[in-house]
Amino acid sequence: MSNSKLTRRGLLKTGAVAGAGLAMPTLFTSNVWAGSGGYTNAPTGGKVILGFNVPQSGPYADEGGDELRAYQLAVEHLNGEGDGGMLNKFSSKALDGTGILGNKVEFVTGDTQTKSDAARASAKSMIEKDGAVMITGGSSSGVAIAVQGLCQEAGVIFMAGLTHSNDTTGKDKKANGFRHFFNAYMSAAALAPVLKDLYGADRKAYHLTADYTWGWTQEASIKQATEAMGWETVNAVKTPLATTDFSSYVAPVLNSGADVLVLNHYGGNMVNSLTAAVQFGLRDKMVNGKKFEIVVPLYSRLMAKGAGENVKGILGSTNWHWSLTDDGSKAFVKSFGTKYGFPPSQAAHTVYCQTLLYADACQRAGSHNPCAVGEALEGFTFDGLGNGATEYRAADHQCFKDVLVVRGKENPENEFDLLEVVQITPRAQVEYAPDNPMFAGGELGKCNPGA
Amino acid sequence: MDQILLQILNGLDKGSAYALIALGLTLIFGTLGVVNFAHGALFMIGAFCAVTLQKILNLSSVVLDPTKTDFLGNPAKVKTPYVETWFGHDMGAALIDWSVPLAILFSIPIMILIGFIMERGLIKHFYHRPHADQILVTFGLAIVLQEIIKQFFGANPIPTGAPDAFKGSFDFGVYMGFDPNAIIYPYWRMIYFTFSLVVIGAVFAFLRFTTFGMVVRAGMADRETVGLLGINIDKRFTIMFGIAAAVAGMAGVMYAPINSPNYHMGMDFLVLSFVVVVVGGMGSLPGAVLAGFLLGILESFASMNEIKSIFPGIDQIIIYLTAIVILLVRPRGLMGKRGVMEE
Repeated sequence: MSNSKLTRRGLLKTGAVAGAGLAMPTLFTSNVWAGSGGYTNAPTGGKVILGFNVPQSGPYADEGGDELRAYQLAVEHLNGEGDGGMLNKFSSKALDGTGILGNKVEFVTGDTQTKSDAARASAKSMIEKDGAVMITGGSSSGVAIAVQGLCQEAGVIFMAGLTHSNDTTGKDKKANGFRHFFNAYMSAAALAPVLKDLYGADRKAYHLTADYTWGWTQEASIKQATEAMGWETVNAVKTPLATTDFSSYVAPVLNSGADVLVLNHYGGNMVNSLTAAVQFGLRDKMVNGKKFEIVVPLYSRLMAKGAGENVKGILGSTNWHWSLTDDGSKAFVKSFGTKYGFPPSQAAHTVYCQTLLYADACQRAGSHNPCAVGEALEGFTFDGLGNGATEYRAADHQCFKDVLVVRGKENPENEFDLLEVVQITPRAQVEYAPDNPMFAGGELGKCNPGA
Repeated sequence: MDQILLQILNGLDKGSAYALIALGLTLIFGTLGVVNFAHGALFMIGAFCAVTLQKILNLSSVVLDPTKTDFLGNPAKVKTPYVETWFGHDMGAALIDWSVPLAILFSIPIMILIGFIMERGLIKHFYHRPHADQILVTFGLAIVLQEIIKQFFGANPIPTGAPDAFKGSFDFGVYMGFDPNAIIYPYWRMIYFTFSLVVIGAVFAFLRFTTFGMVVRAGMADRETVGLLGINIDKRFTIMFGIAAAVAGMAGVMYAPINSPNYHMGMDFLVLSFVVVVVGGMGSLPGAVLAGFLLGILESFASMNEIKSIFPGIDQIIIYLTAIVILLVRPRGLMGKRGVMEE
């Protein structure tokens, strides 16, 4: 039997103590983030900690898994282990395989779950508890924008992973955030001329669009580019992100007068909408005297695998593909393929590059201070990382490089051989002015070192 | 008019899936009184039975072909499925092509076994616990099952095609006086709808025309009295759990070509199917079927551009909106027994 007696005064005392305890992490937040170098989480003890924030659960867990593999490979190469991979082909020679600035590279991981709140929580934990000096990763624009905002507040660099929305380096851009991946505008700019060559200038397009930031910017970009070359947009329908059966959205397409269906969908949405479109026989139909066509502006090989034979012959764009024959890509594919037994995805490629680019910037800047690192990355031009000559534009922290137009391969030679490169669109064709209206509405602001 | 017919057709296959899952849920609730939140996971496991059989049929012998190279420049691996080696190329290829219909036979014993294990191993311990406990434990079980599937099959959807004979679509429009392409409907979805009617009919016939079914119905009406007659009603209810699992599993198998299976697909259907059960009337089998088709068709109509332009976002809420209205006007659901959900 217990002799304890709950009193009002006792309850208030206990509540006050518990409240103070719970509030402790935030009360001392600024001190936690502050480091000896005058910025958040300055490395100590001969090691530097990087935070890899990827979807380890949820619908993009396979992409997240591939990103983690690439991160681990990058860390090995930075620490002088393995065959060095792309590091050997990187035009900048600042890195020497002894870590970053002599500090051994270590990492912690977080699970974004492809949810903005979960991604922010895991990034916050890696910064506050694990002392991560840089956060990188993600497979969603919503997540990237949320985590980029957090990193700006916390005073660490954010090297975005797979994020394709114009907004990431448009209205939501931040001084502490950098994107290597291409964006929706670039996809449209690369795809439009190929679509005109193959399907003609007199086409009527019907858009099905995922109803969130990436879908909106993707639709706007493709509409602008295709209408400029003479296509007419018959209809643009927003589909809820949670949709699994697209039959009721696909069924009215043929009767709309459209002869092209543009699927502004990614991941599971893309697999399901494309499957429904093929089931409804759209690709076998003739409309307006022309063969009906389907376009998937953003392709991912991992997702294309989910759609199986339905991707054959369908055009889209991608940031990078393992079949590229430049020295950097070959070195990366060899290194990754030997270690894991299969070729890397575009998500793996972009996060590997981001890790190397961050490390190189620190090395050149002589510091991990986010402002020094940002300065080293701004306007940085490089080559050897698989996309030809590339520049991190200072005005918006967007990488500019060649973009690949790809098509689902008709006769794949193996299980990885799903896409074929139709055209490598040169950087000049996909470049835009920093004040382009599609990217308007935000400011980079000032870099935040944290402490 | 053509758009209305088109959306009715679309609603039928969506409604078929809702009706089959809701039927199983109602069978379990009506017999065992358990609210089974793991039922969507059974639908998902059924779809993965199709994936598994497809993988088994595609097991291959591997030989190195020095004339071709893989992505690393090594000699390429050429795979030949064992079924093609054993039964000849044509027969082997046909078996692989028909893997989804074959998976129906494969899935039935597996799903019944899983149903028995679930019921005997876990759910029977919660018969006399509050519904909240049942929901928590079955929801937890659903998460465990989907994580196990993800561990083995990954997070990405896995393409599981219909037989070549059923690919493509049928142009209803030209037979009904409309323009070509006005009303098209995929062959496999027609088969799915027909299949669901057969399964629903078989379950009803089983309950209606067999002695076993009569006892189960009696037990659903008055469990204690049936027990007093010396009949082991618990054993029969356990078998009904297995049958409900098999119905959900078969629904999942046949759904695999419609949407590539992924580990999360059960959850996508679960909540909607519960709404279907509530709208149909808790414990009412005909109600579950009727509400399944009704809500499937309503959902299809709500995604029409003409409707969405008047009520933006209606396609996301229509089912829940309908459920709210029905529960306000008729709390026991469309065909629920008087007194159920009305207290």
